[in-house]
Amino acid sequence: MSLPEELRGPRQGPPRSAAGRLGGWLERHAQTLVSSVGRLARAPFATVLTLGVIALGLALPACLHLVVVNARAVTAGLEKTVQVSVYLRPGLPAEQAQRAERGIAARNDVIETTLITPEEGLKQLEARAGFGDALKALKENPLPYAITVRPAPQFDTPAAVETLTAELRALPEVDLVQVDTEWVRRLEAILEALRRIVVVAAGLLALGVVAIVGNTIRLDINSRREEIEVTKLVGGSNAFVRRPFLYSGVWYGLGGGLLAWVLVVTVIGLLGPAVETVAVLYSSDFRLAGLDRHAAATLVGGGTLLGWIGSWVTASYHLQRIEPRA
Amino acid sequence: MIAFERVFKRYPNGREALSEVSFELGQGEMAFLTGHSGAGKSTVLKLIALLERPSRGQVRVNGLNTAAVTGRKIPAFRRLVGVVFQDHKLLADRPVFDNVALPLAIAGVPRREMDKRVRAALDQVGLLGKETSFPLELSAGEQQRVGIARAVVSKPPVLIADEPTGNLDPELAREVMNLFRRFNEVGVTVLIATHDVHLIGQFGVRRLHIEKGQLVTGMPDVAA
Repeated sequence: MSLPEELRGPRQGPPRSAAGRLGGWLERHAQTLVSSVGRLARAPFATVLTLGVIALGLALPACLHLVVVNARAVTAGLEKTVQVSVYLRPGLPAEQAQRAERGIAARNDVIETTLITPEEGLKQLEARAGFGDALKALKENPLPYAITVRPAPQFDTPAAVETLTAELRALPEVDLVQVDTEWVRRLEAILEALRRIVVVAAGLLALGVVAIVGNTIRLDINSRREEIEVTKLVGGSNAFVRRPFLYSGVWYGLGGGLLAWVLVVTVIGLLGPAVETVAVLYSSDFRLAGLDRHAAATLVGGGTLLGWIGSWVTASYHLQRIEPRA
Repeated sequence: MIAFERVFKRYPNGREALSEVSFELGQGEMAFLTGHSGAGKSTVLKLIALLERPSRGQVRVNGLNTAAVTGRKIPAFRRLVGVVFQDHKLLADRPVFDNVALPLAIAGVPRREMDKRVRAALDQVGLLGKETSFPLELSAGEQQRVGIARAVVSKPPVLIADEPTGNLDPELAREVMNLFRRFNEVGVTVLIATHDVHLIGQFGVRRLHIEKGQLVTGMPDVAA
């Protein structure tokens, strides 16, 4: 019995073409891809647990992000420029009120003034939800003349507005001065701070995801130590041994990202009706915004990337240290 | 080819396994490595498979000084040396086919050719039809033959085996030795560690005898 053609070596036959090599490369990757899925599917409990932890790590910053997005949407319609309301003393005659307005309008730190008569004020008040009936009960108009003052853009700073209000308050005709829109600015600042918190939290949780994937891969490597040793023994390179672990990491990241997306959609679905009820009460047509296509892609893609990074770092570190023992 | 040049090997525990061992096995040559257990046979094979490094001296395999084969060069080196391990070193959770195909998967052989070659290798060791069995479902002798199929499937120019017939009955042992012989006939350099004096008596090949870490010259080569 002589050796069959297939085992007559060493190395014969024409060298493989570039296309053939590429085909082989794709085939090998496809095989690893499928077998790595199979491996995860064979330990469903552990896999689901890991995916859940990764999904939470990804969903948390995504939800915080939506808090900021929605808060921005709520405040987007609000006047952003500072406006000062000056209430004149009650019972002040019309011509004195007009003189006071002209005086304020002449200041160089004021760009625009509007005089609101007591009648106009009452009408505005009536237009607002809930006040109509209460006002009808009044025998006479209790409102004073009021002047809304818009500071010039260069006098828009808190310090300049402070000076302006102090000087307005000192005028003899003036009863009360209010800076109406300061809270909008405060809210803006809070939102900006929140946005930064989201970025920092996302960064920390991303590190967490890398660590989770890394640790899972490390356990996987430990349990497959013998297989790794044997593979290296018959000539498997570090890259070859690492490949299935990289795929596992990518699957963890991708699965976790998709699960995180489902979680976020669920949360929005649960909170949406409640928020809408509130919005209706405020006669607003505001609706809770979910993840747009870009954000969803970032969530899933980012998860996949983090899974890959986690497995790459761990596998590269640990696999190099596993050498076949004699 | 395999060449040892005044190789000295001392293990970290202080045991001297080899001292001043020199021999050369030419391209396409076949030899038995004999000696009592503990004489240093396994150390010789481990030095060839890069599982150990010589403390002094030079080991050359396929024209390469093994001292120069480090780090990333090791895998490519190992692919040119087929090794049959005494304890088989099979993957228990993979079927026979996958075990035998492992070196081909590493080399990136396409699926169709892989199929053909794995089948040919299994046929040679008399295990055709066992592709889907798992190693633990097989007898020790069958496991050993799976290990042999894995060592030869990638057609390495050098083949080394550590007690490859240890678990086989005489009939199978002879068959396996014949298999190594057939590989040798097509140009593969073969070195087989064995203490099966009975068996080597039937093959007319060179004999390297080791005693207490030293090569004993003047041992009669076994006559055909």
